[in-house]
Amino acid sequence: MTIRFVLMVNKQGQTRLAQYYEYLTIDQRRALEGEIVRKCLARNEQQCSFVEHRNYKIVYRRYASLFFLVGVDNDENELAILEFIHLLVETMDRHFGNVCELDIMFHLEKAHFMLEEMVMNGCIVETNKSNILAPIQLMDKAS
Amino acid sequence: MNPFSSGTRLRDMIRAIRACKTAAEERGVVRKECAAIRSAISENDADYRHRNMAKLMFIHMLGYPTHFGQMECLKLIASPGFPEKRIGYLGLMLLLDERQEVLMLVTNSLKQDLNHTNQYIVGLALCALGNICSAEMARDLAPEVERLLQFRDPNVRKKAALCSIRIIKKVPDLAENFINPAASLLKEKHHGVLITGVQLCTDLCRISEDALEYFRKKCTDAVVKVLKDLVNSPYAPEYDVAGITDPFLHIRLLRFLRVLGHGDADASDSMNDLLAQVATKTESNKNAGNAILYECVETIMNIEDNSGLRVLAINILGRFLSNRDNNIRYVALNMLTRAINFDAQAVQRHRATILECVKDSDASIRKRALELVYLLVNESNVKPLTKELIDYLEISDLDFKEDLTAKICSIVDKFSPEKIWYIDQMLKVLCEAGNYVKDEVWHALIVVISNAPNLHGYTVRFLYRALQASTEQETLVKVAVWCIGEYGDMLVNNVGMLDIEDPITVTESDAADVIEIAIKSHNSDVTTRAMSLAALLKLSSRFPGCSQRVKDILVQYKGSLLLELQQRALEFNSIIEKHQNIRSALVERMPVLDEATYSGRRAGSLPAAVSSSNVTSVNLPNGVSKPAAPLVDLLDLSSDDVPAPSSSGGGDFLHDLLGVDLAPSPSQSGTQKSGTDALLDLLSIGSPTAMNNSSTPDILSLNLESKSSGGSLDRLSSISSIPAQVSSPSVTSPIVDLLDGLSASQPTIEANGQQFPSMVAFESSSLKMTFDFSKSAGSPQVTTVTATFANLSANSYTDFLFQAAVPKFLQLHLDPASSTTLPASGNGSIIQTMRITNSQHGKKPLAMRIRIGYKANGKDVLEEGQISNFPRNL
Repeated sequence: MTIRFVLMVNKQGQTRLAQYYEYLTIDQRRALEGEIVRKCLARNEQQCSFVEHRNYKIVYRRYASLFFLVGVDNDENELAILEFIHLLVETMDRHFGNVCELDIMFHLEKAHFMLEEMVMNGCIVETNKSNILAPIQLMDKAS
Repeated sequence: MNPFSSGTRLRDMIRAIRACKTAAEERGVVRKECAAIRSAISENDADYRHRNMAKLMFIHMLGYPTHFGQMECLKLIASPGFPEKRIGYLGLMLLLDERQEVLMLVTNSLKQDLNHTNQYIVGLALCALGNICSAEMARDLAPEVERLLQFRDPNVRKKAALCSIRIIKKVPDLAENFINPAASLLKEKHHGVLITGVQLCTDLCRISEDALEYFRKKCTDAVVKVLKDLVNSPYAPEYDVAGITDPFLHIRLLRFLRVLGHGDADASDSMNDLLAQVATKTESNKNAGNAILYECVETIMNIEDNSGLRVLAINILGRFLSNRDNNIRYVALNMLTRAINFDAQAVQRHRATILECVKDSDASIRKRALELVYLLVNESNVKPLTKELIDYLEISDLDFKEDLTAKICSIVDKFSPEKIWYIDQMLKVLCEAGNYVKDEVWHALIVVISNAPNLHGYTVRFLYRALQASTEQETLVKVAVWCIGEYGDMLVNNVGMLDIEDPITVTESDAADVIEIAIKSHNSDVTTRAMSLAALLKLSSRFPGCSQRVKDILVQYKGSLLLELQQRALEFNSIIEKHQNIRSALVERMPVLDEATYSGRRAGSLPAAVSSSNVTSVNLPNGVSKPAAPLVDLLDLSSDDVPAPSSSGGGDFLHDLLGVDLAPSPSQSGTQKSGTDALLDLLSIGSPTAMNNSSTPDILSLNLESKSSGGSLDRLSSISSIPAQVSSPSVTSPIVDLLDGLSASQPTIEANGQQFPSMVAFESSSLKMTFDFSKSAGSPQVTTVTATFANLSANSYTDFLFQAAVPKFLQLHLDPASSTTLPASGNGSIIQTMRITNSQHGKKPLAMRIRIGYKANGKDVLEEGQISNFPRNL
């Protein structure tokens, strides 16, 4: 599964989490995020969840005030990525309990740890929520 | 101390950033934080290192540079505690990338952690390695990773599998070491290990033919069984998504089967039944089920032919296409685009639905549908499909018009059954969306119009009506202006009336009116105006009654600030005033434009343009890189029998044809350029074929030599004296002199700089190149080098071209050469100056590679060399 980046962006278009699986400079990232956010946030609920941008396909889904955007290769299964976004949100929900923008902001590193257990080098590693959260809970317990 | 709970200051920073109202405020907060972190780093403060790293990650996410924290990651990774390592590795993956040299320093820590007794630390190291490892690290650490593929804990095995993917992608040679361990992963029960193992096998197949053969022979049945067990597995709460167990694993397995079955009938056979089962049994009322069906369809399409399965797949896509969910419709269109290669007929059946999708309100769906329609068009359905698309063009969104127009034009161009249909469709597109049409498109349209003599009248009348209705579509105006100029008499006299037309009455002054409207419209750009002026000149000859009026309009543009317009107005005016006797011949209808040549040019325009600009830029003494035949063809008299303008100079053919050369060329010598152009234009009347050779001096001499052959040349020389810039037929020598003067005067200006001896930079049996150096006092980095070339052989050289390349720390600016012809045995020389800027002045001496190309005795000669004996301190 070739995921190129995962972004979480709020309604105002501010990035709340960004994980890239390919190298882009800071300026390229800012430009890319700006373009994508402008394109995706302008779309309404009825429109499909896929946007083609440059050589990426953006699969996005909105949860309350937070947009989850995943950039993938052109031959990726868009519906599966949609399902992956949902899995990510469910996992965060299980850990934070009804996850919201602030949880991610103030626990950025934890959000990253979860993502890291799920995706590595653009491929899905684990889809079992207990397995994903086990190392994080272990660390919480130890502290 | 725990970095994750004690981060009060991290919280404070995030709060402060959240409270910022403007971007400037945010920058201020970040700047302050970064300064504090930097000073903590320089004090080597270990207590807050982890917290600083967390802050840096936040700052990095906001899009600020954080490179100064890179070393901190390494320190954290090297520390013994798990929490420090944890955040250190996260920072490593976020803040660094494989290109940075710092990364090499982490190899040792990674190696230790890969051998750590704590499995979580091993997992961390694998994850970091899998995300950022470089080729060198891959080589160093591959044995560790290979070993970890058999680690007791499945959570380590799964990470090792993905890490292996990164390694084999970086160093494909290592692939064969991983084939056996990867195959054994397929026997696992743990889903994480399975999904990563399958991914590793898929990637191995992509990289290595051997791996593909191996997996195909040994593992196809095993993979089929894994998928079968998964499909039939009982409810598994941890992996269940909408009643399906682990759709992600389903999809990975289907994808792997696709790779195994592609191009192999046996492997395809062994998976047929299972694919049929997946395609029929999977629930399609939830997204997860549809994702699997989607993947299954693609696998069916890609493995070896099985007509029963294909029907099943196409039916699924048909169902998708009529789904109400836009996501499903999108993927259906996406998949149909791929399916068209396998079963065009089946896709054609859905044409009506697909065409509806082109008009969808959702831009993503529209785009996919348009791509698909474009692929569906063939000779038999081009007419109805084009009609639908053009009708839709009227009401489509503005931002979609560009794509749509480009596709329509391409379809019409490719499949047009007859000329009248082509012209009709293109004119409709121009009326609707002329502003979105690319230049090539309307250029091609003019070529087609020119080649359809029985449609000239019809076309010009259509365009006249369209122009009266609106002048908002720029390209429509251009085509109309050109046609009215060429075929104005047909417009007024209703020549070539087709049955389908309504007769109209147009007077001569009506025709001039529309051109005047076009030239005065504020929408019109300089190209349109220039074309309008040419059209007016033509009309003045076709309709002598309008001559005075045309003259009046021309007079208004004599003072135009746009050089092109001013020059045309002046030239045309003098043609009307002083040269009545040649006017009618000058503005005769253009010869039929050669379609084959045009399309050939269009296809090969890129390389042609490149090579020609190389040649001509050297040829023209004023350094103007453009082909030498701009207005020539417009005014061309005697080439009526020549089917196409034969200028071999390349460049844009239609620019030549239309006499439009307004591309903003980066030339600084505007006046000289147009002076030369005008000269070419006017002189070329006598002998247009001489234009084959695009060197200006040559043309001039040829033209002058042919004085006796062209009877009208006495007149010509008087014409050529009209444009203000051109004082005499021998204008080239002043230009050359001018340049010579420049290069000669530079050393005197710079005489107060340092003096350097001249050197023989290159010498062969046939050629000698001498360099003279000078520097101006103010800028020691810049050296002006004057290269003098002398011919040592007995043959003169033509097409002389000097090229030079310098290392990165130098910057080279090469001025045009004084000539392209080098007379034999040192009876003259070519002088070329260049400016070299040495960014390492005083540290590194100059160096240069050179290449000299020329023609001697009609043969191409290439000489190359390297110059490293430049005087020091340059």
